[in-house]
Amino acid sequence: MDFQIALLLGQDGITNGAIYALLALALVLVFAVTRVIFIPQGEYVAFGALTLAALQAGKLPGTLWLLLGMGIAVAAIDLALAVRRGTARRIPAIVGWNIVYPAALTALLWLVKPAELPLPAQVLLALAVVVPLGPMVYRLAYQPLAEASVLVLLIVSVAVHLTLVGLGLLFFGAEGSRTPAFSEGNLEIAGLTISGQTIWVVIASLALIVTLYQLFERTLYGKALRATAINRVGARLMGISTTMAGKLSFLLAAAIGAFSGILIAPITTIYYDTGFLIGLKGFVGAIIGGLASYPVAAAGAVLVGLLESFSSFYASAFKEVIVFTLIIPVLLWRSLTTRHVEEVE
Amino acid sequence: MQKKKLVAGLLVALASMAAQADITVGVNVSATGPAASLGIPEKNTFALMPTTIAGQKINYIVLDDASDTTTAVKNARKFVTENKVDVILGSTITPNSLAMIDVAAEAETPMVSMAASARIVDPANPKVKWVFKTPQNDVQMSTAIVEHMTNAGVKTVAFIGFADAYGEGWFQEFSKIAEARKLKIVANERYNRADTSVTGQVLKIMSTKPDAVLVAGSGTPAALPQKTLKERGYVGKFYQTHGVANMDFLRVCGKDCEGTFLPAGPVLVAGQLPDSNPIKKVALDYTAKYEAAHGKGSTSTFGAHAWDAGLLLANAVPAALKKAKPGSKEFRAALRDALEGLKNVTVSHGIVNMSPTDHLGFDQRARVMVVIENGAWKLLK
Repeated sequence: MDFQIALLLGQDGITNGAIYALLALALVLVFAVTRVIFIPQGEYVAFGALTLAALQAGKLPGTLWLLLGMGIAVAAIDLALAVRRGTARRIPAIVGWNIVYPAALTALLWLVKPAELPLPAQVLLALAVVVPLGPMVYRLAYQPLAEASVLVLLIVSVAVHLTLVGLGLLFFGAEGSRTPAFSEGNLEIAGLTISGQTIWVVIASLALIVTLYQLFERTLYGKALRATAINRVGARLMGISTTMAGKLSFLLAAAIGAFSGILIAPITTIYYDTGFLIGLKGFVGAIIGGLASYPVAAAGAVLVGLLESFSSFYASAFKEVIVFTLIIPVLLWRSLTTRHVEEVE
Repeated sequence: MQKKKLVAGLLVALASMAAQADITVGVNVSATGPAASLGIPEKNTFALMPTTIAGQKINYIVLDDASDTTTAVKNARKFVTENKVDVILGSTITPNSLAMIDVAAEAETPMVSMAASARIVDPANPKVKWVFKTPQNDVQMSTAIVEHMTNAGVKTVAFIGFADAYGEGWFQEFSKIAEARKLKIVANERYNRADTSVTGQVLKIMSTKPDAVLVAGSGTPAALPQKTLKERGYVGKFYQTHGVANMDFLRVCGKDCEGTFLPAGPVLVAGQLPDSNPIKKVALDYTAKYEAAHGKGSTSTFGAHAWDAGLLLANAVPAALKKAKPGSKEFRAALRDALEGLKNVTVSHGIVNMSPTDHLGFDQRARVMVVIENGAWKLLK
């Protein structure tokens, strides 16, 4: 192996690692705020990419029907609760977000021809379809169980994952799709050709990480999320709605997932079930960060990307074995170095 | 109370009468899970099959095994114990089909598999007496590739395949034949269906400078190594396996797949076959039926394997009906004998001549070499 190959492998590893890092951040965020180990994170990656591909092919994406259906389900539950509790002032917001918004989006996609729009508009439309699924999934699957143990929430996650993968197969079929690159240009640095999309992935990931940091440090909502993550009861006593925090964290997780999918769709073929493996690798990164530290999780995810890239060169048949075995020494090291306090349940 | 009993009794009598009169076919396909791109066209094909053969009504019971071996066995057990099927069709993939052989042999029920591996009908296994299959063996396809490579002056070849039974099976068959023909395999790499990058494997392949690369994958995931190789500036020949023979592969691979060679069943290029070829008519009949139901360009060779299983039944059932009534052990044995005795049956993938040692029955006519030209399959003469 010469220096040139090492550089190419490093570049490939960092590109994949940047995506894993985004997913690792989303997983840490969701776990810290809601204690949910969010296995379906990867599904948003696949949904984001495939929704964009469907829009570009001039078809109405199946996720739109999911949005409509889940919107109606959420609205039905929330309206019944609002009527029973006599909180009529919430009704316009419930109807607006869960029925009017999906219906308006459907009408918009029906009227304009998404295939003819410029790429940024298509990306925004795809995000508009997929991202609201995050809080809706939280409302339907997790909110009724918000106080349950981590194990119960994990079991719910498995169920949600299987449901979403099955729906993905129904919506998009078994074969994969690719989308055109954001920019066709290549960059040459020191004899090394870097594709435009790689640069897009790395820059967008960095920008997203900085934005998240600003969100947590500077905004009231970000601070509310951090407060909930540190102490749920304390946050509630301070007037922070844990339901709102849960929905917000799922909204961010869905946005990060869908955007990651849109970023990598031009580099690789995305299938309805691609997301699971990507999400799992992000999860390995998140575990390295102990499901608590954002910077360590991001660094861990980049490490996973690099390890994957180099092991695919040396021993391609054992690549996944090598990547997932990484979790064992990490867990050993963590359990030896940190004092574990048994969670009261 | 009396009335209820009477009605129940009548229903049971009716049900048993129906079971006696009709032929029950248990279909097990992998319509979800990793093999879904193969299983879905097969499932669609069963919906187009004739509902009567020689005046007998045929009941199809279609189950999905989710590409999972345990579920496949469970489905097969359900067929033989609950549904009392006369014949089992399936499964889509090799591991599932191998696992179902035991059930079929134990219940003495004939089974027609739609999976590729030659091991499914290996005559050395006594249980295989009950098992038949419709897709060509990997050996036949490998021979076609190696032949084409040596004729084209290829001396060194790199192999990259799925890290599963498909890739492993191909490597074993291909390496054996390649060795015999003095073709040198300079790299042997693996990747996963859902991988987002194969840069590592591709760099390794490029460092060995092969004359040709063989990609052993199925469906659209097989496009990834080829696209990455092109991206990195590889200029040698590309070979794919018949696992990619559907329109989605052409859509995803686009211009990077121009000039790629692959072996395939004749049904893929049915329209280009000479009129003298008897397969043409049968294959065109299938594509016309399938495209009428699912749109133009929607046929794949996988669905045709299912159709061929149906054609085998259509040819074997009349002979079996002469010997016994459907639903009985005797009928199942007669159906098995009839399947084994099939001679010169034209199906969409070739011409079948079964024998006690050959439960596939295909010869050289069951495969053609195809090249991808202008985003379409073109028959190589």
